[in-house]
Amino acid sequence: MSTEVPPLLRLQDLQTWYPIREGLMRRTTGWVQAATDVSFDIAPGQTLALVGESGCGKTTVGRSILRLESPQKGVVLFEGQDLLELSAESMRAARRRIQIIFQDPMASLDPRMRIRDQIAEGMKSFGIGVDENDRRARVAELMERVQLDPATMDRYPHEFSGGQRQRICIVRALAVEPRLIVCDESVSALDVSIQAQILNLLRDLQDDLGLSYLFITHDLSVVRYLADDVAVMYLGKIVEQGPTQRIFEAPAHPYTKALLAAIPSIDPMQRGGAPPVMGDVPSPSDPPSGCHFHTRCSVVMDRCSREVPPLFPVTGTNGTKGEQGRSRCFLAEESESRSLG
Amino acid sequence: MSRLLEVRGLQTAFPSATGETRIVDDVSFNLDSGEVLALVGESGSGKSMTALSILRLVPKPGRVIAGEIKLEGRDLLDFSVSEMRRVRGGRIAMIFQEPMTCLNPVVAVGAQVMEAIGLHDQIGQVDARARTRELFAEVGIPDPEARLDAYPHELSGGLKQRVMIAMALSTRPEILIADEPTTALDVTVQAQILALLSDLQRDRGTAILLITHDLGIVNELADRVAVMYAGRLVEVAPRQELLSNPLHPYTRGLLRSIPALSPPGVRLPEIPGVVPSPDHWPNGCRFSTRCGERFEPCAEIFPEETAPTSDRRVWCHAVDASSRDPEGEAL
Ligand SMILES: Nc1ncnc2c1ncn2[C@@H]1O[C@H](COP(=O)(O)OP(=O)(O)OP(=O)(O)O)[C@@H](O)[C@H]1O
Ligand SMILES: Nc1ncnc2c1ncn2[C@@H]1O[C@H](COP(=O)(O)OP(=O)(O)O)[C@@H](O)[C@H]1O
Ligand code: SF4
Ligand code: SF4
Ligand SMILES: [Mg+2]
Ligand SMILES: [Mg+2]
Repeated sequence: MSTEVPPLLRLQDLQTWYPIREGLMRRTTGWVQAATDVSFDIAPGQTLALVGESGCGKTTVGRSILRLESPQKGVVLFEGQDLLELSAESMRAARRRIQIIFQDPMASLDPRMRIRDQIAEGMKSFGIGVDENDRRARVAELMERVQLDPATMDRYPHEFSGGQRQRICIVRALAVEPRLIVCDESVSALDVSIQAQILNLLRDLQDDLGLSYLFITHDLSVVRYLADDVAVMYLGKIVEQGPTQRIFEAPAHPYTKALLAAIPSIDPMQRGGAPPVMGDVPSPSDPPSGCHFHTRCSVVMDRCSREVPPLFPVTGTNGTKGEQGRSRCFLAEESESRSLG
Repeated sequence: MSRLLEVRGLQTAFPSATGETRIVDDVSFNLDSGEVLALVGESGSGKSMTALSILRLVPKPGRVIAGEIKLEGRDLLDFSVSEMRRVRGGRIAMIFQEPMTCLNPVVAVGAQVMEAIGLHDQIGQVDARARTRELFAEVGIPDPEARLDAYPHELSGGLKQRVMIAMALSTRPEILIADEPTTALDVTVQAQILALLSDLQRDRGTAILLITHDLGIVNELADRVAVMYAGRLVEVAPRQELLSNPLHPYTRGLLRSIPALSPPGVRLPEIPGVVPSPDHWPNGCRFSTRCGERFEPCAEIFPEETAPTSDRRVWCHAVDASSRDPEGEAL
């Protein structure tokens, strides 16, 4: 990704580990290494998909950006400010510019509150709208924008379907005019026909409002439709990142290849084939030595259990100039030196 | 292949303000020995209730109000409670989406499988333990001897689902009902479990009724597919025909809205609207509130079953009625 435009969000070497406390004194006996050395950029109006299997640290990264977790290290540069350095008050103001939408809309809506009041709540606290009537009109306008009937604004969450509730969460996020929306598995719980509706809506909103998305998902099949760039995580680290098309057409990292191969195909002429990797994801509190993926990698080499691979640049295939992302695998180092030599 | 299970005109209902709502309505299908039949549909379409009806496990106050469920000719709905219990622990086994809800958290997993074996066969502790170890090995649990004494919370999601499958196999069922068996799993682990189920079907000849919302999983595992929408079957066809030439507008819409199939940059084709709730189902075709091909009779008259070819069935007014099979025998 060429970054002529300064990025809206730049993460540098973010680290968020959770202490494991044991015994009466609650002493820290270890760490869940949920996110380590995570770096990426998101340009204005662009979407970065953060993908990987459960427990790999995606949510931790999303929540760390909003300071809903406390990273030990790193820089979260948003619109030129390091969010990790902000006072609590300045951070509160910054939250207006970054919103988050979760997987389970029912859990993030208050069941006892009319949806109109839930949508207007954020507007009120950030001083958007001159009065109640003004905000009401704006709620109606936004509801229409996401194809919800404004006549239903006085209803409660349980009176809506799952897809409609997710639209309500989207309206509530939009109401405070964010620049960046973190979508954490926001379509994962929806049926495929409803998922398509919400994905289309997210893209329309991006086109109209110039929003950026950090799109967190375990489901690679939705990524290709929405994302400009992809970052793949495994056990707390980004193992590969790059433009969406390159990731799908020429994945460099063995874990990315396995993830893509594991998606069941719906091509009726294609089925079967051995599972691409065996075993489960190891525990993030005691990740394997060297390359974290070496215990499951089908092309593991001697050095992989001893040495920690850094992110190597991936150059484009078929003559594409310039860097096409990075891969945390010694194989990328070898192909890099081949192409240099 | 011989006919193992025959479901005819199944209706399952729950009490509602207006009387009874049929959440499964006139569902008929067959399952032959050794075949995998996938039951596909969005959430709330009645897949799990169909499975629970077969096992007579519909939660109260719901009940089966009509139909037949014949296991090699005998209607399960006529079975006594104790006969039914033997069927459930024996000829038909079931695995669920969330293995944790079916495992006792304070009993070692090996002991739980041994208990399932003991309930069914009169064998000693030592033999039951040996059989459990073999089953663990068969379902791909690494280091099976050590895992016999593990507690559920010590196992990953994939290992817990393997334990559930081992437990289901312990009584050598002829039919395995698998309700979204991989939905809670990571995609790499899902691929492993799908391969395991496929091996079981091949090696043991177990017939599988596979419930899923994922057409990719259907393609991996199924021989035939039954698509449900709002409590009704809309289309039944062999896997390849269904995926390459879907006939019902709902099946076609479902396939088109899968993001992986859309070329990047092109808007996803949507099915407009939402699945109506059971008390708002239309009298006619249940899909008529969302169907782009709706015409005169659709909203009022329920489409009859048509059989465009001898191995397909479809319920849609737009599918040529002249192809209707006069015998009307369910496939
Ligand atoms: N309390 C425990 N005692 C001993 N081993 C444990 C315990 N909890 C987990 N493990 C082991 O640690 C590893 C990781 O388990 P964990 O439950 O974190 O898996 P996971 O990758 O999150 O899987 P999933 O998300 O599919 O459940 C597994 O090998 C598991 O058997
Ligand atoms: N509050 C917490 N305390 C301790 N561990 C946590 C906490 N939140 C998350 N974790 C652990 O951190 C790891 C990464 O979690 P998360 O970011 O939620 O993963 P993902 O969203 O990719 O599933 C997991 O092993 C998870 O169990
Ligand atoms: S560094 Fe080694 S173990 Fe890691 S992904 Fe590359 S080849 Fe596999
Ligand atoms: S019967 Fe009519 S409404 Fe129903 S699927 Fe066919 S064309 Fe559409
Ligand atoms: Mg998460
Ligand atoms: Mg279900």
